[in-house]
Amino acid sequence: MKPWRRKGSKIVCTFEQQEAAIVRGLVSQLQDMLAARADEAPQDELAELTGIKAGPSTSPDDPVLSRLLPDFHRLDADHPDQAEMDSAGALRSLHEPALLAAKSEVAALVMDTCPPNGGEVRLSLEQADSWATALNDVRLALGTALDVDENMPDELPEDDPRAPHLGVYHWLTWVQESMLQALTG
Amino acid sequence: MTTPVESEQTQAAPVGAEIAEEDKPWQTVVWNDPVNLMSYVTYVFQKLFGYSRDHATKLMLDVHHKGRAIVSSGSKDKVEGDVARLHAAGLWATMQRPA
Repeated sequence: MKPWRRKGSKIVCTFEQQEAAIVRGLVSQLQDMLAARADEAPQDELAELTGIKAGPSTSPDDPVLSRLLPDFHRLDADHPDQAEMDSAGALRSLHEPALLAAKSEVAALVMDTCPPNGGEVRLSLEQADSWATALNDVRLALGTALDVDENMPDELPEDDPRAPHLGVYHWLTWVQESMLQALTG
Repeated sequence: MTTPVESEQTQAAPVGAEIAEEDKPWQTVVWNDPVNLMSYVTYVFQKLFGYSRDHATKLMLDVHHKGRAIVSSGSKDKVEGDVARLHAAGLWATMQRPA
């Protein structure tokens, strides 16, 4: 694909079929992860009645989900302060349902606007903003799974099991960067 | 952030020390991470806080070079909301009281 470009009030580019499949596949996996986490929320009759959902009070064990749903306080890994832990738990429980909903919403918008067989994608600025957020979530997920750090090379040695996936990560970085240039340039 | 309101609350406080403690502004901290693009972080600061491109870029560079930056401050409610919006944007943000 060529970079995203701005046409009046639209942000436009054309995806090859394979490129659209990569984006849709990863976003769809992200949707599954978010939905699975939402299912872990405690169920109670009061929440059913009021419609006010409470999320779990503890960080996900999975490092990818944990990065997507951070704590509200920076907790000392070895000696966390009990008051801060309690506060972080309460804030997570309060805010996580809305955070999951927001992330699911931008993911769903990408699925709705990215044609399964490839082709032109034409987005309003608001939709492009959702794309930028969803692409970022997917890069966070993949980057965490690949253990990306500041010094990640363009390519890994062939025998590294992460090597084939790193290309996808770098491509997504390019897609997001190009979208930001189109949005802000 | 809202100085007039703070002084008013302090005056009205029946148990001064405790209320003053509550009034201490909170801070929103954004931490460096190896995935988020510099351009994206700048864009998010502009979008969420209405900062100028120059100010947003300066904060982004602080995050990048110093590992963290304080991007907003204020009441607990305000900062809690800022952290929640930064999480929705995918940034690694936390809230704290100034040491």
